[in-house]
Amino acid sequence: MKKVLEINNLTKKFGGLTAVDNLTFHIWENQIYGLIGPNGAGKTTVFNMITAVYAPTSGEIIFDGDNLANKSSYEIARAGITRTFQNIRLFKEMTVYENVHTACHLNTDYNIWDSLIHNKNYKSGEKLIRQQVNELLERMGLYERRDEVAMNLPYGDQRRLEIARAVALQPKLLLLDEPAAGMNPDETNELVKTIRSIREDFKLSVLLIEHHMDLVMNICDQIVVINFGKEIAKGTAGEVQNHPEVIEAYLGKREEELLHVDA
Amino acid sequence: MEYYLQVLTLAGINLMVVLGLGLLTGFTGLFSFGHAGFMCIGAYTSAILTVTLKVPFVVALIASGLVAGAISLLLGRLTLKLKGDYFLIATLGFGESVRLIFDNIEPLGGARGFSGIEKNSNFISVWLVCIIGIFFLIRLMNSRYGRNFKAIREEELASATIGIDVFKTKLLSLFISAIYAGIGGSLYAHYMTFIKPTNFQLIKSTEFTIMAIIGGLGSITGSVIGALLLTVLPELLRFVADWRMVIYGAAVVILIIVRPKGIAGGKEFKDFFFIVWIRRLFNKIFTKEDPGNGGKL
Repeated sequence: MKKVLEINNLTKKFGGLTAVDNLTFHIWENQIYGLIGPNGAGKTTVFNMITAVYAPTSGEIIFDGDNLANKSSYEIARAGITRTFQNIRLFKEMTVYENVHTACHLNTDYNIWDSLIHNKNYKSGEKLIRQQVNELLERMGLYERRDEVAMNLPYGDQRRLEIARAVALQPKLLLLDEPAAGMNPDETNELVKTIRSIREDFKLSVLLIEHHMDLVMNICDQIVVINFGKEIAKGTAGEVQNHPEVIEAYLGKREEELLHVDA
Repeated sequence: MEYYLQVLTLAGINLMVVLGLGLLTGFTGLFSFGHAGFMCIGAYTSAILTVTLKVPFVVALIASGLVAGAISLLLGRLTLKLKGDYFLIATLGFGESVRLIFDNIEPLGGARGFSGIEKNSNFISVWLVCIIGIFFLIRLMNSRYGRNFKAIREEELASATIGIDVFKTKLLSLFISAIYAGIGGSLYAHYMTFIKPTNFQLIKSTEFTIMAIIGGLGSITGSVIGALLLTVLPELLRFVADWRMVIYGAAVVILIIVRPKGIAGGKEFKDFFFIVWIRRLFNKIFTKEDPGNGGKL
């Protein structure tokens, strides 16, 4: 087993606000890692730093042994980290099929001339991509809806399509930002199965932001809890669940304790 | 008859530029008010090559596309990092500066223009070039490059996170777009036989944009409809003399209200209902194997 992603002393400041404060955690191969915390804790900011949407103020992100500093978003995607977004960002007016089809662009290498003259390179490349798209849609349960325009899909399907699009690049690390948001319990159970099977089949690691605690506790091998950008607990689901600071962050202090502090 | 062919030739020349503009605006989501500038560069390149250097027309035609493309790469390097409207402003400035530069180059005739260009553009040569242009554009849009253009139009951030180099892809779109405009300019020079910088004013760029929008952004069919309709319409209205441009303007306003997505509405010819019927029928009769993507190309 080796480390896929190392986050070391990562800090992000927006003016006077410290969104992420000296955060450190490491993800191992084939692990499902949970990143949780109350709203505004800085979870999405961590994702945005990993995918170079924001540049970190300090600290380092190491992926597969390479430092990701000074890489742009598309280079990071090509290196093997893909993501979904909290507020879904599909190619709205394209069909389900086209969304995934577009994401497969790196799985072939025909050039612009090949595509203009439709030679063997182009044809075999497109055929390969089409197979991949069909397989992926099949396994994500979206094949029946392949010709629907993405923005007309129900919410749960949009989330699944976003995951399908991210997986299409065959990443080593998949970042999921609240994949179960807006899903009913059945859909959430279905999602848990999907995430597990993706991990097995594609041999990838997953970093997951989620508010559905049963989902997180159910599938994460390791969890890091942050509040106000700072790590407050790290460990397995059992270890984190009973950590006093975690309970405090989510539920607040007991009344007696507050009185005690005041006194 | 001769008159109708002339109008259709002019429509073809406009179409060439609108095809390029459609790629940039309709498929990649970048508006440009500088395409008359690329057309101007193409026209003058072609004029210099054929008149001064006695190069054959076909060579000059290709060269003018490539020169316009090369200039677009310079422009793109400088301006494509700008977002949305700022890029539009930059192209507007570019188009006007190109015109003013040619206005001041005396060896090329300056404001008096460049005359004595051989008449090589006729109905057949122009529409032959257009058909090749349409053919290549369709193939481009059905490749991974075309899909990446559309992805950027839809959602730039998500495009980057699926590994699309947004800047390079936009640059490629601008480059190809400028090639089309440059070739359109060359055809124009060899149609008019006399060019002057005022032929390529801002109004020309806006006309192309109107054609692309009225026809329908994000559709090659739309570009063809837009270029044909808006070239032919003012000619059809000649009988009302002074009121011609008023009616033309009103027609544009009404069209945009009635069909805000343009006449083709983002669809291609093959997606229109009657064509879909015919294709389904055809598929039933000959039961071709399903390409696995719902019959889409």
